[in-house]
Amino acid sequence: MDFNKKYTPQSWPDHPEQSTLEGKNKFLGFWLFLGGETVLFASLFATYLALKNKGPSGMEFSTNTLFELPLVFVMTMLLLTSSLTSVYAMYHMKNHNFRGMQTWLAITVILGLAFLGFEIYEFNHYVHLGFTYGQSAFSSSFFTLVGTHGLHVVIGLGWIILLMVRNAKRGFSLYNAPKYYTASLYWHFIDVVWVFIFTVVYLMGVVG
Amino acid sequence: MSHDAQVYVKSQTEFEYLKRKRKQAMRSQVTTFAIMIFLTLIAFSAVAADFSKYYIVPIILLLAAIQVVLQLYYFMHMSEKNHSFPAFFLYFGAMIAFTFVLTFLTIVWWQ
Repeated sequence: MDFNKKYTPQSWPDHPEQSTLEGKNKFLGFWLFLGGETVLFASLFATYLALKNKGPSGMEFSTNTLFELPLVFVMTMLLLTSSLTSVYAMYHMKNHNFRGMQTWLAITVILGLAFLGFEIYEFNHYVHLGFTYGQSAFSSSFFTLVGTHGLHVVIGLGWIILLMVRNAKRGFSLYNAPKYYTASLYWHFIDVVWVFIFTVVYLMGVVG
Repeated sequence: MSHDAQVYVKSQTEFEYLKRKRKQAMRSQVTTFAIMIFLTLIAFSAVAADFSKYYIVPIILLLAAIQVVLQLYYFMHMSEKNHSFPAFFLYFGAMIAFTFVLTFLTIVWWQ
């Protein structure tokens, strides 16, 4: 076992994330976890769809008056772009360019933080309107669904930042390459969930 | 757990070849990204244009499905070899997801 074995671009494997047994296991286990995450979000989406616009009689909040598309559009663009920047990070990992990878991951983190800032602003705005977590079945299911996604963004950002800090002086090894790879898979999965959120919650909400 | 791997130093020709292939793959990733941005723009402008909801909803759901497939198969590399288990896990999850949504909507519709 040699964590510190140094590679050159010529000796760096073409698939560094899967060239050790541990890497292969991480890869497989992480995809199993993503299958489980799909089920988690499915239950929240199904709950939201069932409870959408339902609440106490005379409730003034409904999806087509509450949501504002320009804000959601900006958030979508931020998260979509951050998905591309993490693809760039993995491209540099395969090229054995550590500095390049860290730079693109830093850009990904900045975009993710901007997304999170907009989401906090949005939730804060709703709460000020009186649309609090306990206001109705609709509000509870909305905040649980979108909030769980927001929590995933927080975890993803924390994970990527920790990886970047922990390995900043270590450089690449076949020990940390699978960690970077799974973190980037997680980040893409967050974007996959967001595609459904902006379509099912916001766009279909505005349509009515 | 083993971290050992056979160290294999590529020849200059092989190295250059793989590097070029990675560059091409990256270029197709950027194309994928452009398509995804385009699909998002269509979805948002269809809603902003205020057409009938029976017309818009199926279209934006279809656009979302295409975008997710692009994300999974290109950004998350599911189109590459050695991804049959990931595909199995994900499709199994997606099947349960579909059942959940169908069940909940049926219950609400029944009320």
